[in-house]
Amino acid sequence: MKILVPIKRVPDPYARIRLNADSSAIDTTGLKFEINPFDEIAIEEAVRIKERSGSEVVVVSIGAAECEEQLRKALAIGADKAIHVETVEKFDSLGIAKVLKSVVQRESADLVIMGKQAIDDDANQAGQMLAALLDWPQATFASKVELTDSTATVTRETDTGQETLQMPIPCIITTDLRLNEPRYVALPGIIKARTKPLDKIELSDLGATAECNVEVLSMSQPAGRSSGRKVASVDELLEALRNEKGAAI
Amino acid sequence: MATVLAIALDVAESTSLAAFAQKYGKPFDLLCLSEEAPTDLGASTAISAESFEVPPADALVESLRQLCEGYDVIATSASMFGKDFGARMAGALNRPMVGDVLEIVSEDTFVRPMYAGNVLATVRVTSPRFVTSVRGTAFSTPERSGSSAKKSLAIQTELRTKRIGVSAKEGGRPDLTQAKVVVSGGRPLKDAETFERLIGGLADRLGGAAGATRAAVDSGIAANELQVGQTGKIVAPELYIAAGISGSTQHIAGMKDSKVIVAINTDPDAPIFEIADYGLVMDLFKAIPELMDKAKTS
Repeated sequence: MKILVPIKRVPDPYARIRLNADSSAIDTTGLKFEINPFDEIAIEEAVRIKERSGSEVVVVSIGAAECEEQLRKALAIGADKAIHVETVEKFDSLGIAKVLKSVVQRESADLVIMGKQAIDDDANQAGQMLAALLDWPQATFASKVELTDSTATVTRETDTGQETLQMPIPCIITTDLRLNEPRYVALPGIIKARTKPLDKIELSDLGATAECNVEVLSMSQPAGRSSGRKVASVDELLEALRNEKGAAI
Repeated sequence: MATVLAIALDVAESTSLAAFAQKYGKPFDLLCLSEEAPTDLGASTAISAESFEVPPADALVESLRQLCEGYDVIATSASMFGKDFGARMAGALNRPMVGDVLEIVSEDTFVRPMYAGNVLATVRVTSPRFVTSVRGTAFSTPERSGSSAKKSLAIQTELRTKRIGVSAKEGGRPDLTQAKVVVSGGRPLKDAETFERLIGGLADRLGGAAGATRAAVDSGIAANELQVGQTGKIVAPELYIAAGISGSTQHIAGMKDSKVIVAINTDPDAPIFEIADYGLVMDLFKAIPELMDKAKTS
């Protein structure tokens, strides 16, 4: 089985986000970049499947030259091959899904595992859109994945709990936090992964174009909630809630 | 002819989608999948699914695609249901999607959060036909008026994906995203039994819902669906009580729009105090029983 794992380069999720001078984008000065945490869970899941049943794991990233750093890390985690669709164009989720569709077809992938959302734009769309474009079944927000050669059984998180879906392969699975805990990769592993293949291609090699129909006009940062005050006891808390906020508590 | 189709899982989602559609200002139809569609929310037509069993996303999109083609804007809730279904529908219709809408600026321009709510982006969709998902916390009170024409719709129950198991939360408490009061706990609650006794107990006492941090969920203290945060539920109740929660960016993204925030924590420097209206530096094992004792019964 060939598993494709799309990954995105995003700012460190723990970094403090600031805007640039004209508020058109975030200020990336001094910002560290990582593999989107949900995508790292996807790589880990794919590599575990490979370790159990000998699949091939291909990672792909669409973006500027710097994405190579994240692809190298994915190879170090255990992916076999990386594809870098090098571009500085802008995409919306549908635009990304269209490029990914071309990659899935070029690679003849049987299964796509990807993060449920990227922690920069927080869209939570590309996986579902890719599933629709390929007309493949989908299991989003996966917390458990079991595969046979022809079916995927996925436990997924829902608004009210969990459900288990069974679907034929090929299909798309998007990962939630509880699917697994990604392994730690030490520096020597990253250096060793330098011998693994990393193909650089362009959009035109895929017959794809950059599409972006959702454009960011401006950004702002919400006024932080100002901190209130400390109260000394439960009695004082209840009194404040009742008298100052009119709470029926 | 309505130009907007709001697709809701239930009556609660119908309510917030109607609030969105009314503000958007164009005629809309409302489709409700798991309950009878309300007819007093200003929709031209209130469409109810014939069977209230909601199929997996592939069958649902296949069933509704034809219907959706007839509308310029498809609106879903930014719930896990809406995200799973709505983005697939956008792909199937080859339309862009604007997710998690917080504010309508104009008919093609919206405000949505990014970076765990640390950035509010004003985005414009450059296609006249698109899909959107709407944050229920930002659109909550529609005007109730008139009576919609009623219709029912048959939906295919299965395509290639089979639902072979469902585990739902225990009943009794209000839905986390709808509750007026939310009491949340973190890892200091130690175990599931203590969490239920203290967090669940205070929630019941106040007629509210129980919530949890990602850490509490990860360590098995609380159920998955209770997670409040960037990647869990987004809540904005009248009163949010955070007990034993330090206040990670991730968690704060899910509750910072609550009207009144109370934090109970033994660490006086915990970041949660920076956003709380009232901070009580106290051991939650003392504070919560005392609150349960002294609060009025809901």
